[in-house]
Amino acid sequence: MEGARALAINQKSKIANQKSVVAGVRLRRALVLLALVLLASTLVALWVGYQRLDLLALQSDERARLIFFELRLPRVVLAGVVGASLGLVGAALQALFRNPLAEPLTLGVSGGGALGASVAIAFGMGARVGGLPVVFVAAFLGACASVVAVYRLARTGATVLPGALLLAGVVVNTVAAAGVVILQYFADYSRALQILRWMIGSLDVVGFDLVWRMLLFLVPGWLVLFALTRDLHLLAVDEETAQSLGVNVRRSERLVYVASSLVVGVTVAVGGTIGFVGLIVPHAVRLLFGEDVRVVMPCSFVLGAAFLMLADALARTSFGAGELPVGAITALAGGPVFLWLLKRQQRYAAM
Amino acid sequence: MPKLLVTAEDVQSGGSDGVLVEARGVSFAYAEGGPEVVRGASLAVGRGRLAAVVGANGSGKSTLVRLLAGLLKPLGGEVLFGGVPLTAIEPRVRARRVAYVPQTISTVFPFTALEVVLTGRSPYTTRFRFESARDVDVARTALAELDAAHLESRPVTELSGGERQLVALARALAQEPECLLLDEPSAALDLKHRAGLIRHLRRLRDAQGMTALIITHDLMLLDPAFDSVFAMRRGAITAAGTPAEVLREDLLAGIYGDEHVRARRAFGHTFVWSEL
Repeated sequence: MEGARALAINQKSKIANQKSVVAGVRLRRALVLLALVLLASTLVALWVGYQRLDLLALQSDERARLIFFELRLPRVVLAGVVGASLGLVGAALQALFRNPLAEPLTLGVSGGGALGASVAIAFGMGARVGGLPVVFVAAFLGACASVVAVYRLARTGATVLPGALLLAGVVVNTVAAAGVVILQYFADYSRALQILRWMIGSLDVVGFDLVWRMLLFLVPGWLVLFALTRDLHLLAVDEETAQSLGVNVRRSERLVYVASSLVVGVTVAVGGTIGFVGLIVPHAVRLLFGEDVRVVMPCSFVLGAAFLMLADALARTSFGAGELPVGAITALAGGPVFLWLLKRQQRYAAM
Repeated sequence: MPKLLVTAEDVQSGGSDGVLVEARGVSFAYAEGGPEVVRGASLAVGRGRLAAVVGANGSGKSTLVRLLAGLLKPLGGEVLFGGVPLTAIEPRVRARRVAYVPQTISTVFPFTALEVVLTGRSPYTTRFRFESARDVDVARTALAELDAAHLESRPVTELSGGERQLVALARALAQEPECLLLDEPSAALDLKHRAGLIRHLRRLRDAQGMTALIITHDLMLLDPAFDSVFAMRRGAITAAGTPAEVLREDLLAGIYGDEHVRARRAFGHTFVWSEL
């Protein structure tokens, strides 16, 4: 009995030893592993659908080629781009606010973005839903406004109250949702329908035009967030310590707000609010590869892409010819994870 | 007016008559127009000196140390480091020379103790570089010096208050600074680690010429371990000198506003207590 326990402990410490204490080595190993996961997810997502991928038909049939290159492939790429964005922003917000429950949806960033986008559509600036940058800019401004509001409400002096942060996020989301409903009520029929269709959230896309336009906005946001991984790592440990280590806390905070709002705003403008990706993905990464934010952020980026590709594949195929909104799938997966984290967090963080 | 940033080399030579850390009549209020927590406080700590700040709760000690660490900007007066205004030193250069340890670390993520200590190496690495094997060695040595090597792979969220304090101290040591600014580092430490910390600080002072300024309520530790003691009352330095000079009943009664304070010298120590 004792011997078995000792053996088990020994085994455990051996596994622990395999995790390198040098974060750079851990990141490299993790990215190799996740690249394989991403590749597998991409193949699965391309394979499944209303019609299974037929490699033979792809070579000979013009129509099959059209379906694949104009519908299936762009959609899978779009899911990857949106998922990567949400995973990255989720990891960044959690580190910035030192709150494992933070993510674009729970902080009201998505809600604000949705309201911004709805305003643009209701005033006829989104003739093709999500097609015009006006919608992007409006969603970005909405997301910005809500992140600033939530942060101002939750911050008292030098500390951000974790409970107040999430409550403020909930309220901002509710108010934003009410705004969307009112806009829809007063908008004319076709625009109201547009808002409704977009609100349900879908990664439906034709061709690569939209993806390119999105990337024009997303890439700068990604780059800013990646450039801040070290500052965010130090901030996740302790804000005062980070400052004493040379981090310009105010500047880093502002950059994270702007970059996150930009990235979330654009993804919301295209795909609607897709919740909990930014929550589940960074947590899975932490469980697998440890807490270091410089590891968690790039890994969440890659795993987020893989996760949303698979979630979207499930949404496309689970009802035969019909289609579920991908946001419903991620919420079904993410809600329980959120509650589990909330329960776990109560052990060491007073709300 | 643009601020001139000073490079590491410029600062290296500085420091008039061996003073490393200096506050000249600094004032600070947390809210604009609010009450001044620090009012015209002045002090100077010589290079290679072990100094303590004592004073009643709320007398402005923590704020003064934050000002000295460059975390807060004084509303009036000036903080100098090595004879150069602290505001003129680039934050990352400052971080290689001054390490600050707050009273508590706020993280909710289960970082390992080693990960936290390794953050002390960040002023030495560029934005996109991870720590090297040498950095890991420095961090491990810092933990070992504080008799805390066994905590290395433990999540800090599961550590006791004292253990967390040791990790925070090790992080500051891993910064390899010239000067340590510690806010009540011994508050949560047990008898052994408390004495161990002071012994280690003296070792660092004697071997490397380390300078340290420590806030403490532990008046028993001051004499004979420390070189100088600054007493704070209502935001100003009201007494300064060697421990034996400051730890006098009349002075202490004024500093703490408590006439029950007693101080006696015996066995080469000064014992201070308040009569019950």
